Amino acid sequence: MPDIIIEAKGLVKSYGTNQVLKGIDLQVERGTMLALLGPNGAGKTTTVRILSTLLKYDAGTATIKGFDVVKDADKVRNVIGLTGQAAAVDELLTGRENLVMMGRLYRLTKASALARADELLKDFDLEAAANRSAKTYSGGMRRRLDLAVSLIATPPVIFLDEPTTGLDPRSRLSMWEIIKNLLASGTTILLTTQYLEEADQLADKIIVIDGGKVIAQGTSAELKSKVGKDRLELVFDTASNLKAALAILGKEVVATDTKNLSAALVINDINTDVKRVLDALEVAEVPLQSMAVHKPTLDDVFLSLTGKIKVEKGGKK
Amino acid sequence: MAVSLEFERRPRLIQAFMDCWIMIKRSSTHILRNTDQLLGAFFQPIMFLILFATVFGGAVAGTLPEGVSYLNFLMAGIIVQTVAFGSTTTAIAICNDLQKGIIDRFRSLPMTNSAVLTGHVVSDMLRNSISTVVMLITGLLIGFRSNASFIDWLAIAGLLLLFTFAFSWLAAIVGVLAKNVEAVQWLTFIIVFPLTFASSAFVPKETMSSAIRPFAENQPITQIVEAVRALILGTPIGNYAWLAVIWCIGILVVTIPLASWLFARKSQQ
Repeated sequence: MPDIIIEAKGLVKSYGTNQVLKGIDLQVERGTMLALLGPNGAGKTTTVRILSTLLKYDAGTATIKGFDVVKDADKVRNVIGLTGQAAAVDELLTGRENLVMMGRLYRLTKASALARADELLKDFDLEAAANRSAKTYSGGMRRRLDLAVSLIATPPVIFLDEPTTGLDPRSRLSMWEIIKNLLASGTTILLTTQYLEEADQLADKIIVIDGGKVIAQGTSAELKSKVGKDRLELVFDTASNLKAALAILGKEVVATDTKNLSAALVINDINTDVKRVLDALEVAEVPLQSMAVHKPTLDDVFLSLTGKIKVEKGGKK
Repeated sequence: MAVSLEFERRPRLIQAFMDCWIMIKRSSTHILRNTDQLLGAFFQPIMFLILFATVFGGAVAGTLPEGVSYLNFLMAGIIVQTVAFGSTTTAIAICNDLQKGIIDRFRSLPMTNSAVLTGHVVSDMLRNSISTVVMLITGLLIGFRSNASFIDWLAIAGLLLLFTFAFSWLAAIVGVLAKNVEAVQWLTFIIVFPLTFASSAFVPKETMSSAIRPFAENQPITQIVEAVRALILGTPIGNYAWLAVIWCIGILVVTIPLASWLFARKSQQ
């Protein structure tokens, strides 16, 4: 029997007539990370705001460690930490003051708050800036402080709402390191992200949401296997060549992009299929501009699941 | 993790007071670190006092009771006016908080959320006290004299603090409702400006036109100004003191729950 820490069932939320969540189900087991992956407006932040007691939902259930996020909001708040999209630190206070203040609001004793603040400042490489006001911090430092603040009382459950959006690659890597350590220490984490790579790197399980609905879930490997095989992408120099190629290859083509004059095919056997396609084109004297073989990535999963491929085919979503 | 953490277990009410205290410290730190604002709190009252005393002094002098100088008459009014205008700062601070992610952070903590408002309102009393003391010292330097006893001054301080508290809670509502800082500026302006100018803060109300006089005589700022003025000049205080106290308490009874409710509602969006 798995130990479920974060759970939502049939979560529905509307703003006026605009239904932003249309029945979200999710479960996060103790000590694991679930990534909510989706484009802007998919409902990721709304889900996190509901689970972290900031927002009331219309229907369904949402619990943290079995506590209802509305009825037992106070109990939930004692066990969660939230790092939102906008770095929620007090700009006029120093890094240390921010940490100690939030620690005190978590009901830590003064001595504990001070000791833990020092520890976090060290762990997050903020010691040198500890006594500077947060408004002088760089974007990456601010995010680190923000995350440190949400860890001040070592809550067993952490929500990370797009923790690396807008960060430069180096700061992103250092955030990933911190998050990995957090996971290793046994924290249960719900992360939202627009970056497939981030979900791929960090999460035990991924839920893809779009338009307020879960459209796929599983481990990174499971999702990739849904998209399946390697793909061969052929690019042509003219529309007539593309048309000619489509006529020859017929049903083998799984996606066409008339703008970039490209066609994609699924490859079952790399040793025979590529050669066979190229031979067919050569016989028909259809020249290629370029070609490439792609391994499936989460981007492919994402694109195929959210329907962006259909758009590429020229149809409307 | 190396540090072992200890949590405080206290009754709910005590925790709520602790939360307020932490928020008061936060807002007070903001005031002391915001140099621009602090300079404003320092120089604006000096400027107002000197301008009003020198510009209006001559014109108003003839309408004042025997033996009362305009500077002595003005002192109560200019202090109350400064406090009233100063409440804009409370509104701006609250509006700023609501626009930033920090409110979400506070709301995700096991704390009393309205403590955020209390923090801004109470620390406003600190800033207003600085302004008032600066004004009194400036006044003394340019000829202000009072016969008030120590007890009278305590009463003046008490009345002014109560008034600041009440007015800042009123401003808190503006801060919660306004969409941005610009809106706060003009909203508080259209509330505070008529209230202070259509009062006996700067001129005796007997000299006002009959159109505005009934309003001027019955609105809260006049009661406060007249009560403080009577204490400063040593004239009979009449009903003004208790009317002022009733007004302030009345404002607080309405504004504290309303501001807290609006704040909770707004921060849930």
